[in-house]
Amino acid sequence: MTTERLPASLRTEALEQILTERGLVDPGVMDKFIANYETNVGPLNGAKVVAKAWTDPDYRERLLAEGTAAIKELGFSGPQGEHIVVVENTATTHNVTVCTLCSCYPWPVLGLPPSWYKDPAYRARVVREPRTVLHEMGLDLADDVEIVVRDSSSEVRWLVLPERPAGTEHLTEEQLVPLITRDALVGVAKVAAP
Amino acid sequence: MSAIADIGGADGYGAVHPPDRDEPPFAEPWEGRAFALTLLGMGRVSGRNLDAFRYALGRLDHAAYFDDGYYGRWLNAVELMLTESAIIAPGAVDARARALRGEQVDEPPTPEPDKPDYAPTAAGSLREVPDPPRFAPGDSVRALPVPDGPTKLPRYVSGHTGVVESVQPGHLLPDTHAVFKGENPQHVYTVRFDSRELWGPDAETFALTIELFDSYLEPAA
Repeated sequence: MTTERLPASLRTEALEQILTERGLVDPGVMDKFIANYETNVGPLNGAKVVAKAWTDPDYRERLLAEGTAAIKELGFSGPQGEHIVVVENTATTHNVTVCTLCSCYPWPVLGLPPSWYKDPAYRARVVREPRTVLHEMGLDLADDVEIVVRDSSSEVRWLVLPERPAGTEHLTEEQLVPLITRDALVGVAKVAAP
Repeated sequence: MSAIADIGGADGYGAVHPPDRDEPPFAEPWEGRAFALTLLGMGRVSGRNLDAFRYALGRLDHAAYFDDGYYGRWLNAVELMLTESAIIAPGAVDARARALRGEQVDEPPTPEPDKPDYAPTAAGSLREVPDPPRFAPGDSVRALPVPDGPTKLPRYVSGHTGVVESVQPGHLLPDTHAVFKGENPQHVYTVRFDSRELWGPDAETFALTIELFDSYLEPAA
């Protein structure tokens, strides 16, 4: 009896073929799913939300009070976005998000999770030694900054509203968008001024 | 979720990987195919039951969970769901894969589907809970022992005391929903723990919050 593990790529092709032959999946629908997450649903959405919050105080208030609804105002909703809670990073508090049990992530505003977020090392360690993990990822926080780790164990999804960097006061909402990275929206980085 | 997925706080996974800003969603084309197949395939069982999918992930063996990467893990879990519902035969995927690479194989016949008798009462996972929440922000609560079977209660908070930070919308209960035994909606609380409560007096100083279902909690003094 062989115990060889066949490559996942080959087994994916096999399952797609079986289900397609039976009419249980449509490869054209699969193509659309994939293209949507490759081109439309990504961290640019979250960056737009944050840039608006930085430049529109009323929107910022709505975003922090009712994240899902405020995000939907910009047209972003869908799977893994049933209830998005937005938390603000400040000079004294730094939120960072994780899902230790799987890799739950707010798809409508960030797209699909990056490899480091899905990595068992991140899942296992950021709930135990976040300061060390953030340092390894290139973010050193002052000792007096309180770190709050957000473990997404239900359908609640967390989005970080990063601190607006000094020196960006003259920039418009549109000019701010490209500064805002996925990593800052998860809380493993800060937004840097250009 | 079983022990294999419950890795919060576990040792032995090495260093984290620094982010690459321009990483594409799928490292290779097959990962995108596995992603879409999983989302569509799980919908062929009974409802689009994300909790059943997560429970399938948690029942994979070590190699099936870790060795094929994230989307390989998804593929393995949806194959398990489809096999358990007799939508595909055991071994059907491996047999077809061998055939695809030119081996002479007998593929198993298509079985008669045996799907769970279940349909969701609404889309998504959020539900109204008729009773008022048992806890309010500021209440001290203790996480109960991790039950057998599917659950979203991780080991690292079990037995520890925290404070309710906020009451979230009601959710259907993964513990029963994952096995198609009913939605049983419950209140969900964001509970805040001090790092030293979780990891001892020498831990880094930080706070941690996690969403816990009502039945995972008891009042603490």
